Amino acid sequence: MSVLPIDEAVLVSRLREKDDEAFALLVRTYAGRLLRVARRFLNSEEDARDAVQDAFVSAFRSIGSFKSTSSLATWLHRIVVNSALMRLRTIKRHPEDEDIDDLLPRFAADGHQVAPSVDWPLPADEMIERAETRELVRKLIDQLPETYRTVLIMRDIEEMSTEDTAKALGINGNAVKVRLHRARQALRTLLDRDLRGVGQ
Amino acid sequence: MSARPYITCRELIDMIAAYLDHELPPQAEADLQRHLVVCVSCVAYLAMYEKTILACRATARYDEKLAEAAPEELVTAILAVLRS
Repeated sequence: MSVLPIDEAVLVSRLREKDDEAFALLVRTYAGRLLRVARRFLNSEEDARDAVQDAFVSAFRSIGSFKSTSSLATWLHRIVVNSALMRLRTIKRHPEDEDIDDLLPRFAADGHQVAPSVDWPLPADEMIERAETRELVRKLIDQLPETYRTVLIMRDIEEMSTEDTAKALGINGNAVKVRLHRARQALRTLLDRDLRGVGQ
Repeated sequence: MSARPYITCRELIDMIAAYLDHELPPQAEADLQRHLVVCVSCVAYLAMYEKTILACRATARYDEKLAEAAPEELVTAILAVLRS
């Protein structure tokens, strides 16, 4: 559902004519939403705001290539994700930070789980209703190595497709699937430790 | 009677993402489901894996409900850049 006060096709037409008021309307309508997206990728508020600004500049320059087969919201979302990814690439990382093996399940030689898994007591709907659970999830996602955190945010939070995620990251779809599966397993382990109050 | 051996927990957990995306070949899906019938530990692991995904999706969806406007200084800065 569009949040725009005017017809989207009319707005796009005015944007293509470089109408100043149209860009002001675009920015006022979508900047808040795009800032929330950028904050999920970037820990610094300054970086997140810069990513949003870069995204609007990019949108301004490329409005001519906007295709009405997608919505403005979807188009801007893709642009701000790319803008946030570009900023992330400038942040130096240490290779040892990418190790995730300690957060993956352990198996005995016969292929069975070393420690039997026990489900969390709360049903899924009750779990996600709790603000503290959502806050915990945000905090724990930030503990994941960057390679995995990025894919998890794109696929499970921003709900981007495997194809779009792969394209934005410059990797193939299978690599996205592998990273996502490992990221989910690692996040499950972190959640498990926190929810049971062990391993901290 | 099936002569196929049961898959291991490791094999099952490796297939969870594809299983939830309905991307497993029929035989692999049958193998996975047969393992789940006899392994409470993998049933629990699968449940937690799904809850982890749902919890991630919920964080964004609840964020969107808040519909917080962008800080005015950010809007002003963007418009200044676009007009320059």
